[in-house]
Amino acid sequence: MTAQLSADNLTLIRGERCLFEGLGFGLGSGELLLLEGRNGCGKTSLMRAIAGMLSLETGEILWNGIPVLKQRQAFHGALVWLAHRTGLKGDLNMVENLQFEASLRAQSNRDQEEVFARLGIERLKRLPLRSLSAGQQRRVALARMLLAAVPLWLLDEPFTNLDREGRTLVMRLVEEHLAAGGLCVMAAHQDIDVDAPVTTIRLQ
Amino acid sequence: MNELDLKQPGILSGLWATARRDLLLAWKRPGDVLNPLFFFAMVCTLFPLAVGPSAEQLQFSGPGVLWVAALLATLLSLNSLFLTDFEDGSLDQLLVSVQPLPVLALGKTLAHWLTSGLPLVFVSPILAMTYQMPASVVPVMMLTLLLGTISLSLLGSIGAALTVGLHRGTALLSLLILPLAMPVLLLGANTVSLAAGNDIYSTGIWALGAYAIASLSLAPYATAAALRISNE
Repeated sequence: MTAQLSADNLTLIRGERCLFEGLGFGLGSGELLLLEGRNGCGKTSLMRAIAGMLSLETGEILWNGIPVLKQRQAFHGALVWLAHRTGLKGDLNMVENLQFEASLRAQSNRDQEEVFARLGIERLKRLPLRSLSAGQQRRVALARMLLAAVPLWLLDEPFTNLDREGRTLVMRLVEEHLAAGGLCVMAAHQDIDVDAPVTTIRLQ
Repeated sequence: MNELDLKQPGILSGLWATARRDLLLAWKRPGDVLNPLFFFAMVCTLFPLAVGPSAEQLQFSGPGVLWVAALLATLLSLNSLFLTDFEDGSLDQLLVSVQPLPVLALGKTLAHWLTSGLPLVFVSPILAMTYQMPASVVPVMMLTLLLGTISLSLLGSIGAALTVGLHRGTALLSLLILPLAMPVLLLGANTVSLAAGNDIYSTGIWALGAYAIASLSLAPYATAAALRISNE
């Protein structure tokens, strides 16, 4: 299978430190790219570089064979970004937050209520997000991810703040996404149990 | 999963959604909006108390004071334009959206102007009364403030974007913006003075309008570029 997302000879230098050098990967439809490594080794930086938020020293990232910097909007329209900071507004409630999200990228025709019920947040719709627990906020961010109709999921530490059941749920969601032909890049500390082809990159 | 047949949201919906979200946030936190307005009103009302009640003196200094206060009030409100978005990660979400970043930046600036610039325009007639400003000059002053605050919000958004990653970038932000804001201040204050002296003032209005249009067409791109740099 040809790689939909690929990278070649990536080098990233932050300050005085070289985080990685000559890194490359290829990721096809239905595959998971797992980034591992200790704290501060550059997992998040690599994720941000893939998302086009960090400029690389050398190398480039290709989406469908075209450098992402040459088709930034098309690429950004094909991905969803979930990071440590959820990017949700604490003063707004779930519905208002997700409504805004709908203007940022294409939305799938999944039933919202179904997604909320699956994530166990269907009763929190009208509460301002700051009154929810960190884990519940993370679940709202997961709802945003599920409602976006995009092939590529970029998940930076998606298990943060989630309970055991929540962590399993994330793995099932990723599995379903991959089974439907999606792609996923994930940075994680814990063991991943996903039934799909996994490529692992261990950063030093 | 085929991304081609999916309907991507339109550009205008991105502009309105960003503006609407920021207005909604301002509505839920009215203190942030009222602060600069309060500052504007305070400076404008304290000044006559300090310099004395001589009508001639107040009429002479009124346009200048109102304009300086408006400029400082706008600078005061600019600091938070992108800061909360930066802190809670929503700036990242804006950066990786299908919408062009200048459009989203423009949406945010529009909301900023509606919540900080426009209220100044509406409050200014009341404050102008303390300076014995003739009734015929008040509409001119409002028009200069209207055009001027548009420029200030737009130019300010560049500075706010450049300093968003720095902690306590307020002083730097003011330094960056002041040279660009100086023409607005000079044109605004002098136009009102000319109108008060029954001179021809329309040139100043046109120049302010031109400045606003130039800012409108260039600032969003600069802001977007600055946001990408600051968020690296």
